[in-house]
Amino acid sequence: MGEDLKKDLFKDYGQKLFFPLVALFISLFAGGLLIAWLGENPYIAFRHLFQGALGSATNFGETLVYTTPLLLTGLSIALSFRCGLFNIGAEGQYIMGMMGAAWVGSIFTGLPAWLHIPLTMGAGILSGCLWGVVPGVFKAKYGAHEVILTIMMNYIALHFTGYLVNYILLAPPGYLPATRVINASAKLTRLLPPSRANTGFFVAIICLVMVYIFLWKTKWGFEIRAVGLNQEAARYAGINVTKNIVLAMALSGGLAGLAGALQVQGIQYRFNDLFAFTGYGFDGIAVSLLGNNHPAGIILSAFLFGSLNCGALQMQSVAGIPKDLIGIMQAVIVFFISADYLLRKKLEQPLGEEINVRRGSAGQEVAK
Amino acid sequence: MAKNKSAMIVVAVLLVVVVVGAGFFIFRGPKETEEILTSAGLKVAMVTDVGGLGDKSFNDAAYDGLKMVEAEIGAEIKVVESSKMEDYVPNLKSLADQKYDMIWAIGFLMTDALAEVAEMYPEQKFGIIDAVVEQDNVHSVVFKEEEGSFLVGVVAGIDSKSQKVGFVGGMEFPLIQKFEAGYLAGVKAANPNAKIYTAYAGAFDDPAKGKELAASQFNIGADIVYHAAGATGLGVIGAAKEKGAGYWAIGVDKCQHAEGQVGEENYVLACMMKRVDVGVHKATIEALNGDFTGGVTELGLAEDGVGVCEAAEETASAEALAKVEEFKTKIVAGEFVVPTNPKDVN
Repeated sequence: MGEDLKKDLFKDYGQKLFFPLVALFISLFAGGLLIAWLGENPYIAFRHLFQGALGSATNFGETLVYTTPLLLTGLSIALSFRCGLFNIGAEGQYIMGMMGAAWVGSIFTGLPAWLHIPLTMGAGILSGCLWGVVPGVFKAKYGAHEVILTIMMNYIALHFTGYLVNYILLAPPGYLPATRVINASAKLTRLLPPSRANTGFFVAIICLVMVYIFLWKTKWGFEIRAVGLNQEAARYAGINVTKNIVLAMALSGGLAGLAGALQVQGIQYRFNDLFAFTGYGFDGIAVSLLGNNHPAGIILSAFLFGSLNCGALQMQSVAGIPKDLIGIMQAVIVFFISADYLLRKKLEQPLGEEINVRRGSAGQEVAK
Repeated sequence: MAKNKSAMIVVAVLLVVVVVGAGFFIFRGPKETEEILTSAGLKVAMVTDVGGLGDKSFNDAAYDGLKMVEAEIGAEIKVVESSKMEDYVPNLKSLADQKYDMIWAIGFLMTDALAEVAEMYPEQKFGIIDAVVEQDNVHSVVFKEEEGSFLVGVVAGIDSKSQKVGFVGGMEFPLIQKFEAGYLAGVKAANPNAKIYTAYAGAFDDPAKGKELAASQFNIGADIVYHAAGATGLGVIGAAKEKGAGYWAIGVDKCQHAEGQVGEENYVLACMMKRVDVGVHKATIEALNGDFTGGVTELGLAEDGVGVCEAAEETASAEALAKVEEFKTKIVAGEFVVPTNPKDVN
């Protein structure tokens, strides 16, 4: 029996990994063609992409720097997906998290690190949470569409923090549009110097495990997933749909907010006026999709996107390939992942029923 | 189903082979970076901020400066664009690892990043535009934007028929406020009765917003609007063109008369030139000649770092240009100091 179970598990994971891998290789191939078309050598370009991401301990550390926020924004979006919600607002929640952490990180002085670090993270989580709860409540109580609401909340976050940083929290003497640098007691320890990798990565991994346990091993998680699968059935079964939508949006926002807080505590040490969206929230959507909205998948997909983003730096700086190429490759991956829904249907007719039902409910939610 | 499964296994095995093979080749191949390191000749590089090339503003202007260096002494030049704030540090580090002779950080957004990297590479020469990094191996170049803005303010004050002029800024922070302060002071100096409207778009990349703000200033009576708003400002010029004869925009950073041309008519009155290219070129040549110095260079009217573009002779009145020369002499001689904060303009 153990043998059978293993086989089933293997088959299951094999199938789940198959399409993302195909998508990855098609995108690498397409990227290679584009590089050749630009008149550069794809072999040299990819070597630098690879070396830049994983070629040394420092580069690996930098890859973790780019991976950490994607782990959390991807997880944030996956959690909302599981409740049948499409949280486009991870970007705004991330921005609010950065601001909350920058504020709490700089106003308290003389706190011990063991208190100041979690306090600062907490500020980020709360700020992101708030930005998730508002659309969550409107969705749950009044049926307003969360996609529209969260998009709007993104703009509010961008301009609200812009106002805060330029008028309220501007660091003296004011030449730079940025808040004060957070105190040493709120900063995370850096690993693998001279790279900027820091303990924030472990915080993100702990969150992934916790969300996995929450969603699949607890009653609350079960309720959230039940609402995601079929709201009406969940309501009929006595599950409080309103409560679960708000809870899912709060948790989703909190995770994205934590991503922002870790970025401030581990990398930037202050909030710099953004001028434009950071992209981590939006990339999180792709990461979550590629990772099949599952924590284990998100680890792989966030690491992939992190490696691509980090490797692209060396690819540009040494081999002279424009950074936009990586954007195109990521888009190709996402494109094929979306196409995989169609392909999968064809390939897995008998097995696919359950998956399709799950997909179907999330899909309808998106299309509505 | 069985067929599909075996097909999948074959593909999976192939993928693994390709990955392993690629990884093997990548690590076995000659080290590209080292080849580049040993190549002779001078090398200069710049890292753009998130604005990137094509901003028609300081990133492009800095690149022009590097191209001047390339043409003059045949140095190899390289531009590395940043897409995220987190990219600044690794981009600067990567260029320092490749031992470029001079590395430029373009824009004040990179202040923190350059301070961090400059400390890690004390032997490497760096430069930064629009900000000050106080380290021995960093040459900081800043501009007296208020002086150039003062002069276009003088032009606006004299050439305005309605005695009302406007200003559209990108975002309201100290650097852009220097433009505003100089402009306000210039208008007041030339025409104490003039009324000035100011507005900030809250973005440097939103021409539609710039057009809207300029159009509303035109509608309440202004006939000349100066912008310090990057690509947002292209909308300001667009608004002047749409309004037609008698309405003008004043360009910024580079000569923007080409943007204001409609057939025979031009709707750009003058442009405030901020010579980032000159700053980059001058400091780079110095560094390559072995005369690198850390510290701050401030480029104002006296150093030709800012000024009014030559094309203004076609569009602005002779009276205004004469007044510009008069004030320029005074400012260069130090008889007149232009304020840098709008609050200090009375």
